[in-house]
Amino acid sequence: MYLTTRNGPPVTEKPVTGGKLPSTVFALGAVSLLTDVSAEMITAFLPVYLLYTLQLGYVQFGLLDGLYNGATAMLRLLGGFVSDRLRRPKLVAMAGYGASALAKLAFPLAGASGAGIGGVLAFDRAGKGLRTAPRDALITLATPPGRLGRAFGVHRAMDTFGALLGPLVTFWILAELGTGASPVFAVSFCFAVLGCIVLATFVREHVPPSPKPARSPVSWRACAGLLRDRRVRRITLAAGLLGLVTISDAFVFVVLQKTSGVPLELLPLLPLGTALVFLTAAVPMGLAADRFGRWPVFFAGHVVLLGVYAVLLVPGGGFPVAIAALLGHGLFYAATDGVLMACAGPLVPEPLRASGLAVVQTGQAVARLLSSVGFGFLLAAMSMRAAVLLVLAAFVLALAGAALLLRRRRPDALAA
Amino acid sequence: MRWLREHRVAAGIVSMLLVVLAGGAYVFWTSASERGGASASAAGPGDLLFIDQSDGRDVVQRVRMADPGGPRQDTAERCQRVYSAGGTTVCLRLAGPGPSYEVAVLGADGRLLRTLGLAGIPNRARVSASGQIVSWTSFVTGDSYAVPGGFSTRTGVLDLRTGALVESLEDFSTTVAGEPLLSADRNYWGVTVAGDDRTFYATVSSQNRTWLVKGDLPTRTMQEVRPGPECPSLSPDGTKVAYKKRVGRLGSWELAVLDLTSRHEQVLPGTTGIDDQAVWLNDTRLAYGQVPGDGRKSSVFAVPADGSAPPELLVADASSPVPLR
Repeated sequence: MYLTTRNGPPVTEKPVTGGKLPSTVFALGAVSLLTDVSAEMITAFLPVYLLYTLQLGYVQFGLLDGLYNGATAMLRLLGGFVSDRLRRPKLVAMAGYGASALAKLAFPLAGASGAGIGGVLAFDRAGKGLRTAPRDALITLATPPGRLGRAFGVHRAMDTFGALLGPLVTFWILAELGTGASPVFAVSFCFAVLGCIVLATFVREHVPPSPKPARSPVSWRACAGLLRDRRVRRITLAAGLLGLVTISDAFVFVVLQKTSGVPLELLPLLPLGTALVFLTAAVPMGLAADRFGRWPVFFAGHVVLLGVYAVLLVPGGGFPVAIAALLGHGLFYAATDGVLMACAGPLVPEPLRASGLAVVQTGQAVARLLSSVGFGFLLAAMSMRAAVLLVLAAFVLALAGAALLLRRRRPDALAA
Repeated sequence: MRWLREHRVAAGIVSMLLVVLAGGAYVFWTSASERGGASASAAGPGDLLFIDQSDGRDVVQRVRMADPGGPRQDTAERCQRVYSAGGTTVCLRLAGPGPSYEVAVLGADGRLLRTLGLAGIPNRARVSASGQIVSWTSFVTGDSYAVPGGFSTRTGVLDLRTGALVESLEDFSTTVAGEPLLSADRNYWGVTVAGDDRTFYATVSSQNRTWLVKGDLPTRTMQEVRPGPECPSLSPDGTKVAYKKRVGRLGSWELAVLDLTSRHEQVLPGTTGIDDQAVWLNDTRLAYGQVPGDGRKSSVFAVPADGSAPPELLVADASSPVPLR
C-alpha cells in the first residue's frame, strides 16, 4: 500500500466555507481512484512477480524497492515547474498519468532483467512525480479557498478507496486466472487508461482570464524565490522537520505487530486498518481544517502520531493496543495528508501554484526518506524499544520546533 | 479535432466503454482458455513433484523420477511452493485478499491437517524425512520500504508430534562468532531438518552479512557454522549440506556442497544464478529451480553433487522440485 506521501494544492479567492465543491474535484478524485486501483494492483503483485515468477534475488529486489519509493522527489519539482511555466497543469498531469499507464504495458517486455524492471519502475514513478503537483494545483485552482480542506478530504478519500480496491482486484485475478503476469498487467493498464480518459474528458482547466504575458513570470529564479517568502519557507521547514521524525509505515506496522503481540499473519492486514480509518476520516478532517484552521489540524495530526509511537512502547498489549495504534495512524493521515496542501496552497501566488506545492511536498518527501533510512540504521544498532524511544524524544523536539516556526501566526492567516 | 472538442463528453464515455469491453473480453477469454480440470491423482514413491509454471495456474504436477521427460500428471494442489516427505505435504499458497498467503499442511491421504497464515510472499518450504517437522519461510517486503537493499524474512517451524509452533526463528537465541546475535535486523530463512527431527541448519543474516547456522529445536538455540552460505539443504544421509553462496559481494549465487566431516567445500560448475533451496534427489544428485534468464520460465535442473558435470534440464517450465521417497 502506498500511503506515505500524497499531495495537494490551494487557491486564493474569497473565503467561503459552505456550498458545493466544484465538479473538477470529484473528477480528479475519480482519476486518482482509477489510477490507484491500477497502481496498487501492481504494488500487490510486484513482489510475487519479481520473487516468484522472475526469481530475482532479494538484494536486487530491495534495491528496486528503494528506487521505486525514492525516485519521485526531483520530478515533482520539475512537474510543478513545467506546469506553471506552460500554464497547462492538466497537460502535465496527463503526461504523468499517461507515462504510468504505459509502464504497465512495459513490465512484461522488460522480462526478468533487473535493470529492465528497474527502468520501468523508474518510468512509472516518474509519471507519479510529474503529475502530483499539477494535479493538486488543479484542485486548489478550482476550489474556493474556504473549502480547500474539504476538497482535499474528498480527493484523498477517493484516492484511498482506489488504493484499497487495487489489491482486491489483484487477488481476484491471481485466484481466478493464476499467477501468470499478463492478466494483472493488462487489467491494471485498463484501469490506468480509464483514469486518463476521465482526466481528459471531465477535468476542466482553470483558464486565467488575463492574456498570456509576453514574458512568463515563471522561472527557476521565481520558484527559488518562493522560499524567500517567509510563510512558504516556514511551512516547508515545519513539514520537513516533522517528516524527519515520521517513521515509514512499513516499520510502524512491523514494530506494532511485534510489540502488541498480535499474530504475525495479521501483518499484511495492518495497512488496511490505517487505510480504512484514513478513508473514513479524510472528509471530516478536511471540514475540521476549514473550520478550525489547517495548520492547527496538521499539527494536531502529528501529536496523534506521537501518541501512536508512544503506544508502540506498550509491550504485549494485544488487539486493543493494535487497534488504538491503527486508529491513530489513520487519523494522522487524514489530518495531515491533504490538509498540508490545503494549508500551503493559499500561501503560494497563483502563477507559481504547482511549483510552490511541489516545493512543500518535496521537502516533506525527502525528509521522510531520510527518516526511513535513519530508522533502519537505528534498528540495526539498538533494540527496537530503544530506537522507538529515541524517535519519540526527537519527535517532541520536532513538534516544539514546528510550533516555534509558526508561532504567533493567527490561525486564520494560514487557514484562509 | 473540432468534432472531438465539441463532443468531448460523448467521446470520453464511448472510449471508456471500449476500454471496459476490451478489458472484460480479455479477462473472459483468458479464464475460458484455462485448463479443463485434468483428473487429479495421488503421487507416490518414485515420483518427482513440482509446480507447473507453464500457464500460471501453479498446479502441483508429478512425473516418474525414472522418466522426467515423460507425461506430467496433475495433483489436486495449487501452490506457490511445495514440499513433501514422510507422508506430510506442506503447500504455501494463496489464501485471501491482500493478496495474502497461507501454509497448508496435508496428511498422507491429502487431508488438511492445519493451515497457518503467512506474513508475506511464499519463499521456502521443507518437511523432515519423518514427516514430523514442517518449516517454511516467507518474504516480507513491506519492512524494507525506502531502505535500499533492505528486506525481511519470517521463518516458522511446526512440530506435528506436539503441535508446537514457532512463529519466527527470531525467538531463538543465536550465537555468531562467539557472540549472541541481538540486532533487530536479523533475519532467518531456509530451514533443513536432520533425521533426528531436532537438529537443523538455516541461514541467518544481519547488516548485509549471512551465516550458515546449526540449530537445535528443543533448546531453541543456533550456532554459526560458517559465514556466507544461504538456503542449506541436508543430504539424506546427513553427511553433506548443499547451499547457495555469493560469487561476488553483491553478485549472483552459485551452488556449493559442504562435506560436514572433512569441511571440504565443492562449488558446482554451471550453477551461477541459482536462487533456490536445492533438494537432494539421492545422496549424490541435487535438483533446483532456476529461471534460465533468456525470457524463458523457471525450469528444474539436476546436477551431480560432486561437481563432476554441469547441470542438465530435468523438467521444463517448473519450480519447487520434490523427490518422493
